[in-house]
Amino acid sequence: METLLPTLLTIITAATPLLYAALGEMVTEKSGVLNLGVEGMMLVGAVVAFAAMHATGSASVAILAGLLAGAALSSIFAVLVLGFQSSQVATGLALTIFGIGLSALLGQGLVGVAYNGLPKLPIPFLSEIPFLGPLLFDHDILVYGSFVAVPLVAWFLARTRPGLVLRAVGNSHDAAHAIGYPVLRIRFLAILFGGAMAGIAGAYLSLAYSPLWIENMSAGRGWIALALVVFATWRPWRVLAGAYLFGGITILQLHAQAIGVGVPPQVMSMLPYVATIVVLVLISRDQNKIKLNAPGCIGKPFHPTA
Amino acid sequence: MSASPEPATAPLLELRGMTRSFPGVLANDQVDLSIAPGEIHALLGENGAGKSTLVKMIYGILKPDAGEILWKGEVTEIPSPAFARDLGIAMVFQHFSLFDSLTVFENIILGMDAGEDSARLRRDIAEISARYGLPLDPDRHVYTLSVGERQRIEIIRCLLLKPALLVMDEPTSVLTPQEVDQLFETLRQLADEGMSILYISHKLAEIKALCSHATILRGGRVVDSVAVDQETPATLAAKMMGAALAAEPEPGERVPGETRLALENLTLDAADEFGIPLRNISLQVRGGEILGIAGVAGNGQDELLKAISGETRATPGAVRIDGNDCGHLGPNDRRMLGLATIPEERLGHGAVPGIDLTGNGLLTAFRRLKLATRGFIHWGASGRFADSVVERFRVKASGNRAPADSLSGGNLQKFIVGREICQDPELLVVSQPTWGVDAGAARTIHDALRALAARGTAVLVISQDLDELMRISHRIAAICAGSVSATYRVGDVSAEQIGLLMAGTAELDGVEAVHAA
Repeated sequence: METLLPTLLTIITAATPLLYAALGEMVTEKSGVLNLGVEGMMLVGAVVAFAAMHATGSASVAILAGLLAGAALSSIFAVLVLGFQSSQVATGLALTIFGIGLSALLGQGLVGVAYNGLPKLPIPFLSEIPFLGPLLFDHDILVYGSFVAVPLVAWFLARTRPGLVLRAVGNSHDAAHAIGYPVLRIRFLAILFGGAMAGIAGAYLSLAYSPLWIENMSAGRGWIALALVVFATWRPWRVLAGAYLFGGITILQLHAQAIGVGVPPQVMSMLPYVATIVVLVLISRDQNKIKLNAPGCIGKPFHPTA
Repeated sequence: MSASPEPATAPLLELRGMTRSFPGVLANDQVDLSIAPGEIHALLGENGAGKSTLVKMIYGILKPDAGEILWKGEVTEIPSPAFARDLGIAMVFQHFSLFDSLTVFENIILGMDAGEDSARLRRDIAEISARYGLPLDPDRHVYTLSVGERQRIEIIRCLLLKPALLVMDEPTSVLTPQEVDQLFETLRQLADEGMSILYISHKLAEIKALCSHATILRGGRVVDSVAVDQETPATLAAKMMGAALAAEPEPGERVPGETRLALENLTLDAADEFGIPLRNISLQVRGGEILGIAGVAGNGQDELLKAISGETRATPGAVRIDGNDCGHLGPNDRRMLGLATIPEERLGHGAVPGIDLTGNGLLTAFRRLKLATRGFIHWGASGRFADSVVERFRVKASGNRAPADSLSGGNLQKFIVGREICQDPELLVVSQPTWGVDAGAARTIHDALRALAARGTAVLVISQDLDELMRISHRIAAICAGSVSATYRVGDVSAEQIGLLMAGTAELDGVEAVHAA
């Protein structure tokens, strides 16, 4: 019991950036666009948020800066794939490589600077409940935000008209265009949302998870977030489950290393990534689930002239 | 409508000099057209005559290069589909603009203006369903529906807008004869209530049955505008095609031959949730005969073709070619037994889009015609093979180096059919041989199939076009939900009776089934 609470708390911190990035990417993919640039957008979000913290000392300005940076990077992607109909796969990969380089450049002067991380905002009374209080009601703003984001996105997609239109555009852009929906504008907004969420995920890494800037600090989390979307078969509540599952594996391997399980630490750090591959293989065995929920037009460019 | 100050004879919609070009093609050239209120007006023409382009301009999807649209007597520009809907123009598309993974209700509400009250919309849907005989469950997912049911969604979606003009683009190409009758009844009822209908088709019998006026397009121009009751299907056909095609010959007496293909209790699970399981299919095709399999799209035609071609393996004994059990063999081994197959989808299944005709010829012929031996390709012989197909089937292409996707649909179909026929198969299985090709190319393909059968080849034709099957087959059966009905001599059954088989009746009362020749 004494180690359980700290373990669960670290799982929450490990899962939060995955949850933001995967939720954003899920919405982008629901509109029919595959953006492989999540890793790059996270890194740029992380460095810009950290720089803003360094310059202003304000956590809210820093988070907003990370969000805008992720959205700005995704807008480059949007212009290329929507405006110029470049390949989504190639452009997304390029975006990641660009983001890694750009974040390293921007972060040159920031290496070695450290902060205390985002302030905790305990909710009065609720946070005093034994065990549950510290587990659920004593977090920073971004963790609370991630708790709220899942039901919000789920509600938006399932219950609102714009959510329905977004799903329709992802399911068949030609049909949506024929009815008269602005396919490209809707996809642009979905890409921006994905970028902003990846930016927030990055901001959480550099402001809260480990409040400092290290080059390439997202360490493949963007790719795990992409895998999570498939793992979740494009459903928000499963993204939540998946993010916590992978966060859990990340933390468990750290604890296992600390206890001194007789396995080389390199093998242990491979665990989350190995788990990603294993889970994807298991999920892909059931093609029906994927077909039913996958956006029909994902990855296909839309030519509005037709 | 009745509130309109115009006299009843004033046109609802008038087009003057509509012109639209695409790179290299003048799709519409000075097209005029006029539709009166309550009139069912046919727009008649072959594939590629420019019907779709014209309709897209009426519905605001395409902008005309020149010409004007008069709506209720006033010059109107239609910049978008939403604007067309506001005017009172609704459209049922040929390829349905539906979202497979959404429900019927979600599909309908997507076509409505924002802020529609969903409870009221549900009531309206139920009311229109009942009034026009269009039954539909709003909470089902579209991918579970038949093509006819999908069309009902489109029609209900249009009727909810209470349009003054309903545009229907080739609505019957996917329906059973019974469904066609039901649709016509709905359309007549709508016209009686004052709605104008622009009915696009190349099926002459339908136009005779339904429409009062017809505008005939050929090569992007209006060749004539006629009162339908003054015309016969033959005169309409001549105007549509520019030259009268000689009547197709009756299916001749069949020369009974050996059983080439025998399916025995062929049963296969569906490959995925969208697939159809095959259930206990037994049939034989003999040398020298054409067996037609009718059916509405999505009833297992693809699955049946793949089980015969070898793309999916079958249980031992279920598929025999010339008596050889070949359920475990792949496509190439079955080809060596004398089988040739032509799938429905031309690009991506029948041919590789980006590869030239030589390469596409090579892909199915390399073993039978020894175009590749010991792992090396004989390009010279392959090129000559492609040339021979192009010449024999009069394929319009810039040569054997032309990529498959540079050919028009009809020409590519001629090439694919020719590629298989030129390999002298003993057994040919073909799905939708003339889907989306013009009448001239369809005729070439029909003649080639007849000639092949006359030489002793067994031919199995799977088609949604019942007229086609009635013209070329000796025997006919229907596929429904993965089961194949009993088989009948074509002369013994009517189109309506085959419609019953297509709807799932296993056997007809009072008609003798002929399982083997």
